[in-house]
Amino acid sequence: MISTAIDVLTAEGGGMPPLVEPGAAGSLALPLVLVIALPALGAAVLLLGGRRTDAWGHLLGTATVVGSFVCSLWLFLGILGRPEDERQITQSLWTWFSAGEWTVDLGLLYDPLSALFLLLITGVGALIHVYSIGYMEHDVRRRRFFAYLNLFVAAMLVLVLSSDYVGVFLGWEGVGLASYLLIGFWQHKPSAAAAAKKAFVINRVGDIGLSLGVGLIFFTFHTTSFDEVSALTSEASAGVMTAIGLLLLLAACGKSAQFPLQSWLLDAMEGPTPVSALIHAATMVTAGVYLIVRSQFVFEYTDAARTAVAVIGTITLLMGAWIGCAKDDIKKTLAGSTMSQIGYMVLAAGLGVAGYAYAIFHLVAHGAFKANMFLGAGSVMHGTNDDVDMRHYGALQKAMPVTFITFAMGYLAIIGFPGFSGFWSKDRIIETALAENLVLGLCALLGAGVTGFYMTRLMLMTFFGEKRWEDDVHPHESPKVMTIPLIVLAALSVFGGIMIAGDWIKKFLAPVTGEGEAHHLPVSPLVISLVVTVVVAIGVAVAWMLFGRREIPREAPTDVSPFTRAGRHDLYGDAINDVLVVGPSKQLTAGLATFDRAVVDGGAMGTASAIGGLSAVARRVQNGFVRSYALALLGGAALVLLALVAVSFA
Amino acid sequence: MSETPFLVLSAILFTIGAVGVLTRRNAIVVFMCVELMLNAGNLALITFARTTGTLDGQIAAFFVMVVAAAEVVVGLAIIMTIFRTRRSASVDDASLLKY
Repeated sequence: MISTAIDVLTAEGGGMPPLVEPGAAGSLALPLVLVIALPALGAAVLLLGGRRTDAWGHLLGTATVVGSFVCSLWLFLGILGRPEDERQITQSLWTWFSAGEWTVDLGLLYDPLSALFLLLITGVGALIHVYSIGYMEHDVRRRRFFAYLNLFVAAMLVLVLSSDYVGVFLGWEGVGLASYLLIGFWQHKPSAAAAAKKAFVINRVGDIGLSLGVGLIFFTFHTTSFDEVSALTSEASAGVMTAIGLLLLLAACGKSAQFPLQSWLLDAMEGPTPVSALIHAATMVTAGVYLIVRSQFVFEYTDAARTAVAVIGTITLLMGAWIGCAKDDIKKTLAGSTMSQIGYMVLAAGLGVAGYAYAIFHLVAHGAFKANMFLGAGSVMHGTNDDVDMRHYGALQKAMPVTFITFAMGYLAIIGFPGFSGFWSKDRIIETALAENLVLGLCALLGAGVTGFYMTRLMLMTFFGEKRWEDDVHPHESPKVMTIPLIVLAALSVFGGIMIAGDWIKKFLAPVTGEGEAHHLPVSPLVISLVVTVVVAIGVAVAWMLFGRREIPREAPTDVSPFTRAGRHDLYGDAINDVLVVGPSKQLTAGLATFDRAVVDGGAMGTASAIGGLSAVARRVQNGFVRSYALALLGGAALVLLALVAVSFA
Repeated sequence: MSETPFLVLSAILFTIGAVGVLTRRNAIVVFMCVELMLNAGNLALITFARTTGTLDGQIAAFFVMVVAAAEVVVGLAIIMTIFRTRRSASVDDASLLKY
């Protein structure tokens, strides 16, 4: 009895692990908890505090994320000082729930992969919070906006810090909720409300993949924590691993807007621009890539699922680039480009050990330069009465010099101009893809050329050429609170490539992604870089021929090629969904409703009325005449008597 | 002495009673016929008690008498009440409790 009680007591005290345990948080436990707690607290105060916090809500919301960034930096420097094999911190918080043999401990896992995500989420997040102070200045619901942003940051941090698939699921749903709330933030616009619902519903499809995947992981390994699953994956059968891998890929497709669940991302641009920058470019949409890289111990054992990942990534990177070429809405062009760049990351993640580190490298680099460009687009919209049509811009480089320069840095980074961050990260992905699979590599190379085309088109239509804006539009530079984040992000776009110096990121991530033999191309990487640069240059040149030399009409031309028309309609993603999913679902629902009315309801009502009719006949026996009852009584008694006689004589 | 005459008499009395219950309309007469049937039953019980030489039948007859007495009390009270409210002792008139 006593020993049981002691066991219980120690189990209760399990929230505080001994400090000497290897991998324990030690002095870093406090920042590790604070990094999530601060934005969560900010969201709680702003949401519960109501109108009383209106005056200073945006400042608190920004301060919590800045605090969170400071903690991330503290943690990062903390583990940099440790030997390579000790760069992992675990901190169990409490047992979330326990059912039968399944115990889910809510714990935090800080390792090199989480470290980079933490810096990206809190760093870019803090800059976007600062930017939003200016961008949302005239919005009466600004406090609520910051509350949702804080909620998002907290949920995203739970997603990347959790040490258990169930914890990841918690964060996964949290960011989905925040994304829904923020896409539909301008809820008075029916289009925004519809876009929010669409994003939510399509994300649910991906979430089915995640919940089934986690369920299958538990069914197979009887645990869901990363540590324990990774130790067991070598024992499971290939079929189960493929199933888990494909389910996790479905989850990633939903969250990261990969084919075939890509159609929500373009509509998600209905949200305020800082939301597009933070959630739908830099962080949340990369959660799918995180999930795949984090689950490398699953994908290591299934070539089929890994190939599926790479193929999905390649399809999406081409589709996104195609859509980006055709859109006139600056945010939708950038959204197409986001799809395309995440396609690169997913492709890299699908290449296995050789690609994981480059997927994360491109993810971090993209997070900085795409956030930069989205915020730049927001700054342009801010100066042009919230017009998003690039055909109404033109010649903005003189009116908005800071926005122009910073945007140009992002532009040079994304097309892969030598020396900028995107050059290093995209180059490595294309090089690895060519080495692992020639077809996918060539598609990625083509994608790089198209990227050069559509981004140049965007630059030319927005900042160069003749001015095409309306007379009542007076483009002006945004306030400092908006331009300073742009400058910081532009600097990151220029110098982000430093992470690859001496293969630092690859070595840093090796404890998580594992190390293995990669294939090598027969030619030198320098030749590949040259080829990529030439392909990009061709794309840029074509864009210059088409959009730089000619006058751009204010109205979009209607007699366009089928390619452009398909791109303008998001490659008919909605139409395909309508035909393949929405239509059949509606018919199924109508069929089920008819079945319910005719068969189920009919059966129940029919039985009831049959019994009612029968009783109407039967109750006629109760005629109220006592003597007829007496006759029935006598008849009955006589029958019983006869029966008795018959039985006794038989 | 043979018990057949007693049993025949009992059967005749029971039949008269049953026919009276089924055919007469006046509640008092119906009631008397019920009493006749009960007493026919009593006669049969006592006859069987004598045949078997035990007291069981005689005791059962006492029970029947007690039940009959109680029944008379309740039954007459009901008939009285119905007559007071409806001014009729016909069993066919009291036919409201029906479908």
